[in-house]
Amino acid sequence: MGLASVTSISAVLMILGIVLVLILSINNVVNDTKLKFDEVEVFLEDDITDFQMTTVEETAKSIPGVISIIYRSKEQALELMKQDWGEDAYLLEDLETNPLPNSYIIKVQDLELAENLVNSIKTLDGVEEVKYYKDIIDRLLTFANYIRIGGMIIIAVLVFVSIFIISNTIKLTVSSRKREINIMKYVGATNSYIRGPFIIEGVLFGLFGAVISIFIVYYAYSYLYANMNESFYNMFTFYLISPESILSDIAIIFLTIGAGIGAMGSILSLKKFLNV
Amino acid sequence: MIRFVNVSKEYKNGVIALYDINMEINKGEFVFLVGSSGAGKSTLIKLLLKEEGITRGKLYLNGTDITRVPNRRIPFIRRKLGVVFQDFRLLPNKTVYENVAFAMEIIGASPREIRRRVPAVLGMVDLSRKASSYPDQLSGGEQQRVSIARSIVNNPPVLIADEPTGNLDPETANEIMKVLVEINNRGTTVLMATHAKEIVDSMRKRVIALENGRIVRDEEKGGYGIEI
Ligand SMILES: Nc1ncnc2c1ncn2[C@@H]1O[C@H](COP(=O)(O)OP(=O)(O)OP(=O)(O)O)[C@@H](O)[C@H]1O
Ligand SMILES: [Mg+2]
Repeated sequence: MGLASVTSISAVLMILGIVLVLILSINNVVNDTKLKFDEVEVFLEDDITDFQMTTVEETAKSIPGVISIIYRSKEQALELMKQDWGEDAYLLEDLETNPLPNSYIIKVQDLELAENLVNSIKTLDGVEEVKYYKDIIDRLLTFANYIRIGGMIIIAVLVFVSIFIISNTIKLTVSSRKREINIMKYVGATNSYIRGPFIIEGVLFGLFGAVISIFIVYYAYSYLYANMNESFYNMFTFYLISPESILSDIAIIFLTIGAGIGAMGSILSLKKFLNV
Repeated sequence: MIRFVNVSKEYKNGVIALYDINMEINKGEFVFLVGSSGAGKSTLIKLLLKEEGITRGKLYLNGTDITRVPNRRIPFIRRKLGVVFQDFRLLPNKTVYENVAFAMEIIGASPREIRRRVPAVLGMVDLSRKASSYPDQLSGGEQQRVSIARSIVNNPPVLIADEPTGNLDPETANEIMKVLVEINNRGTTVLMATHAKEIVDSMRKRVIALENGRIVRDEEKGGYGIEI
């Protein structure tokens, strides 16, 4: 009997774990992306005049949220590119002319503010192209929201299901102790006095289920992390969050929810029996 | 101590189990509640214990109106009323001592009080030697004495017994009556529902007779009557 409760709580929490890891990873990616792309790149035409350059600088400075404006020559850009390419940099040695444009790197406080900046700069003379990454981030955020909402719905449903399972399990214990409860009521026991041991039982089920699922989720994720982190990085240029960094969050969340489900389940199961 | 004023009880299925009951039981009285099966004796007791709600009328305990009380107050009303049932209602997995101590634990008595009080009450019902026995090792009379001990261990001002001798042979029943009388002599008000004609006739206590949910007779030092 207890097995059903513990298993159902564990199952709910494991699914919760998957959703949590997903949400945390996406949050991680979003934050990373925001940090990485807190800049707007303004590519300049090769024949831009000094006057036009000053206009670009002045315009950028006048826009709120702009932190700094750095000029990057084509030579610097190539140098950076070589660094980025690392071992493959020799491929760049053979270039006859430098194909990269001169550019301004404009750092902004928040990518949300960048739109304004981009609109006012891209039409200026001498500006070839303005690049920023708002689209990517917007898409990521929408995606994260879907996961979050979907996850919440799934979890809410599962929490209800497991409260129901727990309350039915405890109902069996309760009805086997019906006589005792009945006598307690006649002697003047308060409902909370009678509930106490059953709530403890439910909470113990919940905590036990939580511990099991913490182990499973942690080790499963560690395994995944050890085997997939590199390939994940190669595909998406982001690292997964490390298992250690989520362990304490997961533990706290699981133990709380597990205990909560257990307590709710036992309170529900006693409702009928306390009306003597 | 206990006062019923125009009390009626209609069960949800439409059965009118009590009709316009008026009675007053004073502190220290010993009262028999008699009547044929289905007359409404148990229903009257259930109203007192707040196990069933009252349809019409008013009910007072110790001067307090307990006609309608919120659920959370019911346990505190029951602590003023010791109860004994025909079927003893002991916990089979607890010893005699534990069955009695249990009633004190429930109301939050200290372990010291429990250690002092339980043996004294077991002495009163003459069960000191059986303290560590389990209910299934006891005779019916002994089991009923345990349940009486449990009902008075918290010193309630009123003891209510619903056919406490119903499952016992006449001789054992007499033992139980002696215990109840002794408890009454110590000042506890006793209300006992019963079918036992001989007991009622021999004791010459106040008798309230119910018939079809109405009080048909209420006499001091009465007998069981012949109408059954
Ligand atoms: N829970 C209930 N629901 C509906 N009707 C009930 C309920 N309990 C008792 N009754 C009815 O109320 C009437 C009085 O019953 P009650 O149990 O009070 O009688 P009693 O005098 O105690 O009888 P007995 O001597 O057999 O114990 C009966 O007609 C009975 O069928
Ligand atoms: Mg009855």
